[in-house]
Amino acid sequence: MAIDLSQWTCPLPLRDYPSVVLGHGGGGKLSAELIEHLFLPAFRNDALANLADGAVVTLPGSSTRLALTTDSFVVRPLFFPGSSIGDLAINGTVNDLAMCGAHPLCLTAGFIIEEGLPMATLAQVVARMAEAAARVGVPVVTGDTKVVEKGHGDGLFINTTGLGLVPPAVEVNPSRARPGDVVLVSGTVGDHGIAVLSVREGLTFETTIESDCAPLHELTAALFAVRPDGVHVLRDPTRGGLAGALNEIAARAEVGIVLDERTVPVRQEVQAACELLGLDPLYIANEGKLIAIVAREDAEAMLEALRAHPLGAQAAIIGEVTDQHAGMVIGRTAIGATRVIPAPIGEQLPRIC
Amino acid sequence: MCLGIPGQIQAIFERDGVRMGKVNFGGVVKEVCLAYVPEAQVGDYTIVHVGFAITRLDEQSAQETLRTIAQMGLLDEECDTDAAGAACPIAPWGGAAPPNHSPQPNA
Amino acid sequence: MKYLAAFRNGELAQRLAEEIRRMVTRPWVIMEVCGGQTHAIIRNGIDQMLPAEVELVHGPGCPVCVTPLETIDRALAIAALPRVICCSFGDMLRVPGSQKDLLRARSEGCDVRVVYSPLDAVQIARDNPNREVVFFGIGFETTAPANAMAVHLARRLGLRNFSMLISHVLVPPAIEAILQSPSNRVQAFLAAGHVCSVMGYWQYPPLAERYGVPIVITGFEPLDLLDGIRRAVRLLEAGTPHVENAYARAVSFEGNVAAQQMLAEVFEPCDRAWRGLGVIPNSGWRLRPAYRDFDAEYRFDIGHIATQEPAVCRSGEVLQGKIKPNQCPAFGTLCTPRTPLGATMVSSEGACAAYYNFGRFASTSAPAQPARTCNHGN
Repeated sequence: MAIDLSQWTCPLPLRDYPSVVLGHGGGGKLSAELIEHLFLPAFRNDALANLADGAVVTLPGSSTRLALTTDSFVVRPLFFPGSSIGDLAINGTVNDLAMCGAHPLCLTAGFIIEEGLPMATLAQVVARMAEAAARVGVPVVTGDTKVVEKGHGDGLFINTTGLGLVPPAVEVNPSRARPGDVVLVSGTVGDHGIAVLSVREGLTFETTIESDCAPLHELTAALFAVRPDGVHVLRDPTRGGLAGALNEIAARAEVGIVLDERTVPVRQEVQAACELLGLDPLYIANEGKLIAIVAREDAEAMLEALRAHPLGAQAAIIGEVTDQHAGMVIGRTAIGATRVIPAPIGEQLPRIC
Repeated sequence: MCLGIPGQIQAIFERDGVRMGKVNFGGVVKEVCLAYVPEAQVGDYTIVHVGFAITRLDEQSAQETLRTIAQMGLLDEECDTDAAGAACPIAPWGGAAPPNHSPQPNA
Repeated sequence: MKYLAAFRNGELAQRLAEEIRRMVTRPWVIMEVCGGQTHAIIRNGIDQMLPAEVELVHGPGCPVCVTPLETIDRALAIAALPRVICCSFGDMLRVPGSQKDLLRARSEGCDVRVVYSPLDAVQIARDNPNREVVFFGIGFETTAPANAMAVHLARRLGLRNFSMLISHVLVPPAIEAILQSPSNRVQAFLAAGHVCSVMGYWQYPPLAERYGVPIVITGFEPLDLLDGIRRAVRLLEAGTPHVENAYARAVSFEGNVAAQQMLAEVFEPCDRAWRGLGVIPNSGWRLRPAYRDFDAEYRFDIGHIATQEPAVCRSGEVLQGKIKPNQCPAFGTLCTPRTPLGATMVSSEGACAAYYNFGRFASTSAPAQPARTCNHGN
């Protein structure tokens, strides 16, 4: 192994990213590194260290626990099959609160608008936001508007921040996954990402697939109704998909996760689109699904609780937590063999090979 | 190198003088160039790579392959005289095999 | 999906694996030529089902893996020119050039777009008459007819703002180059099914005979791959270096004649450099002189590009099956999926990345079902 690193003159193409690439926002390894090496050291504190979908903070002098989360939405196009950036902006943040175990209380909304955006488009987006917020029953209580010069934005970016209340006895945290726990998913995976891809320039195809964008707070409430302490981890597998979320959990909790791929619900059209583009549904984004890692003794009851709700009708048990291969996700494949399901590196790209 | 997916031709038309078609892949419909499968008709299955049908899928061969695999254990027990399992005297393809437990090639 | 699901039947897959175990009596090295096959093998865990005697070597049939550094640097240089829209298959975007990859170029302001089909790039050229649209035309014989049609159509439509940076490579010369290497370990080949859909397999019997290796035309689904491996093992055990077609539903002996005619119209053979393997004579296609106006190499005067591969990266030997990925000194240290030096580490199914991922798994699992799961692991 005679490599003298001091003599190393190879350009090391991708080792250090001198500039940000899209993959840094892709929810995969690059995102994780950005957080770990840049944001975490800069802002270090206990609430942040959890690296959950949001932070849970206890009010001074009380036992009241508040969940706080923020998310920015930069999807293109602004409207896509089944949903829009407006629906995403509400449901995405509601879901981040729900994944902290919180009941959503209120939201804020910040708009960064590119000069020239048609007013009618903005009005349409805001109307969709208002509808989505009303459906959840969460008010948008404050906001902000900024306009940037033409060419300095992509039409419209939205940020929403959410405040929620964490009920007593609820304790969800990525590090609570423990060997023997059971992994549940609340429905079919990959719908959102494929719906968005289907209208991208250069990739378009005709399909009935619609985004699954939906608020998940009622599903989490249904899980807690079975037994609050039985719910160990909650995640909504957005960017990076099921594979990204499970890898994060495995790494955080230092456990292995075994996924039975045959049991993961995937719509036929989503599977087909993935075949066509050379993508893996496990890596495709969702906006209305949750992963729950629960105590084994509660798994069946929680599965029933999910299935009893319209958004969880296709919920399934898809895997379990193990003390083997800590930090890794292993798949039992369609033909009953084994494969490693690595964390996604950056954005998912269609392939020909 | 070559992701190729079977889909069923739904419609055939011409654009810019090129034979094109709509191909259905399990519910996803994509425009595909059919210039290289001049014999293919609506209803036929083709294998599509980067938006081009590169061959017509021979449905009979597909069934035969599946049938042969499905009967493998049975056939080999009969001709297992050769320890290496080398030259099975029974033709590997077609003919001999009654389709009694051929699997359903369905999605 | 019809004709996919049926070829992923777990029970039949187990039966084929059992059959392979039953017939194998000694170690064999089999190369699956095509990157798509490698992908399916890793994705389905097929390598984990095989007996220890069967070693699969992931071959050079991955277009992004073998596209030379010089060509990637040329694409990056063209993408950086004013008014250029660089269109590419998604696979190419993460493959490192000397300084960066296309993803990075995009982050620096280059207009890099992912397309599904070369015809999408032609459409982008029609929609953007004031821009220069350059399609990065990589691929093997399977992809070449699509790229040929795109160029042919562009010429017929009189599109003056469309061109293609061609890096087409051919399978049979690569197989022959591997067989001619004195340190070759490969004893049988699974030939790339979709390449044969286009080209037929009339080129293979002479190769099989000359070098005494069985060649099995193999598809991409689990049952196809296991059946291909089974037939290769059977031919090896019997000592009969024949050519068999295990992908009859998509491959005929003569191949796709219409596609071959278009290929002959648009392309001519040329020597081609393969990343990691070097120049192989007559192993590629370039545009014929009549189509030179559509050749990005001629249209954009980038000049000579001097490149040097990372000295420690031995992906070329990995692609030829001469060394296992972990025998490369950079493996797992300087070179990881996050920081790939060579293209074989780029996608999770590249030979090196697959080895890296599985190695981590094998080293952190109790040795419950070990031995024969470790074709990849040690």
